[in-house]
Amino acid sequence: MKLGFLVDLNLCMGCKGCEVACKVENEVPLSTWRLRVKYIDIGTFPDTSRSFTPLRCNHCESAPCERICPVSALHYLENGIVNVDSSRCIGCAGCMMACPYGAIYMDPETNTADKCTYCAHRVESGMMPACVVVCPVGANIFGDVEDDNSNISQYIMAHQGAVQVRKPEKNTQPKHYYVGGGTQTLDPLAHERLEGYGLFNNITHLEAIGDKHHGVLDRFLAPFESEEKYDNRSFMDFDNKDYKSELTEGDN
Amino acid sequence: MENTIHATQAIVTLDVALPGIIWGWMITLNMWAKSIGTGVILVGAFLLYRHKKEEMPNLRWMMPLLAFIFLNIFLLFTLTDLHHPYRMVNIFLHPHWTSAITVGAWMASLFTGLITLMLLIGIGDAHPGVPFKGCKLTAMGRSLSPLYEKIFPFVVFLAVPVTLYTAIIMAESSARELWQAPAEVMQMMWAAFMAGSSALILVSGNWSKEARKDLALVLAIATFFSFMMYMGEYFFSFKSAEAEATLAFVHSGGPYNVEFWFGMVLGFIIPFFIAMGNMKSDNKTLLKLAAILALVGLYMAKDVWLKIPQLLNLS
Repeated sequence: MKLGFLVDLNLCMGCKGCEVACKVENEVPLSTWRLRVKYIDIGTFPDTSRSFTPLRCNHCESAPCERICPVSALHYLENGIVNVDSSRCIGCAGCMMACPYGAIYMDPETNTADKCTYCAHRVESGMMPACVVVCPVGANIFGDVEDDNSNISQYIMAHQGAVQVRKPEKNTQPKHYYVGGGTQTLDPLAHERLEGYGLFNNITHLEAIGDKHHGVLDRFLAPFESEEKYDNRSFMDFDNKDYKSELTEGDN
Repeated sequence: MENTIHATQAIVTLDVALPGIIWGWMITLNMWAKSIGTGVILVGAFLLYRHKKEEMPNLRWMMPLLAFIFLNIFLLFTLTDLHHPYRMVNIFLHPHWTSAITVGAWMASLFTGLITLMLLIGIGDAHPGVPFKGCKLTAMGRSLSPLYEKIFPFVVFLAVPVTLYTAIIMAESSARELWQAPAEVMQMMWAAFMAGSSALILVSGNWSKEARKDLALVLAIATFFSFMMYMGEYFFSFKSAEAEATLAFVHSGGPYNVEFWFGMVLGFIIPFFIAMGNMKSDNKTLLKLAAILALVGLYMAKDVWLKIPQLLNLS
């Protein structure tokens, strides 16, 4: 059994339902994403089109993240899923350096590497991943790519010649396919990502990976401090003056 | 790039914040310190092969001392860069042998252990009263004196993979196409010879002229070939869209252009000419200046080469 994903980009309408469902199902902290939908505008006004590309871990058969992980925190499950054991992760970020798809993040709550696991916990109990269930147009297709009769295999057969993977030149043998994508949508070098406020949001970079308040000393002191001191500190770093004044009063 | 004409230009209009530089200055410092730590052993071995010990009276204890200091800086920053430093122990309890990080950690630990032993023996033999009279550690070092020469060949042999494993980590970082194993392996080797000869030059005040000439020769060769490799990659690169896009960050107008060229001139071009000149007429002060410049320039070059591939968006 080899579980795989296929996204039909012709069907995807960019509702971000999958993104939200993933966040809720896996309790993905703020500032990090296991699955994101990127909007790309192609062409020049007035002849433009907008494409929506859901991006998640590709669960490669030859996964660079699994190979570089020094402690096997990233490991294969029997069904082909590349899973993460966060209790073993040392936080070296080697996997983030190795993944050609930028699919791995440093969880700011646990300061360990994390990523999409194809909802391994749901799959184990016979359910579909949360993003599949929530998709209103059935653009996310999930199943066993080694079973010729599975939905995903049938879909791939029906779209022979039009099925792509991201960065095939990396030889990672991804088990995540796309139908209907073009170079502009699947190749990050084929579109511009201009930093700054755009049509919808601020296109930007994270200031740090993991919890940005988890400094060098904190890393060494963390096991001896109470969890309250470190838990969620990153998420309080927005302009919430009420919270800050409350915190100051509380401290006094 | 496929977005050079109007009909195909593509712009991201909605996206999440992506990670920036993941491995930063701590990893640069880590690589730089390791180059010195292993380099002094490799260059020290070359000197011991070429010259009598009497020509370099402090080499027997100074070489392991320098290696010990810089390997510990390297290990400290390796540990500090981890988000869970105490879990480093998992590398020894749950090793994953396909990872160059694991193999490197084991080899570097063994290497540092052997260097510590050599340091104890070296100090015990040369300075029995250090750190204080009757120190049991120093006495133990003296009693193990014959072991020094026996383990030294093994330490020299081990210095090579300890130098190179970071290049394999970079090669295993499949997302960063600029880092190709053959080029990185050679760059690590040249960096070790550069850093090792530079560090030894700084402590070679009372050594023979001939020994210093050899140090200058190693520095000149290492700076020359390392510079040539950087130039080869800078101008011709590994021909792929990703490598080209990465190099745009150091090419003219790129954010790392100044740091890169500053590093090249300071750390490679100037030390090369000083070292070449020093082989004709011995000038300790100038050679020491070349050594300092080479160490500074090497740090800058490594810093740029580490960071630029991380500036590229992966998805």
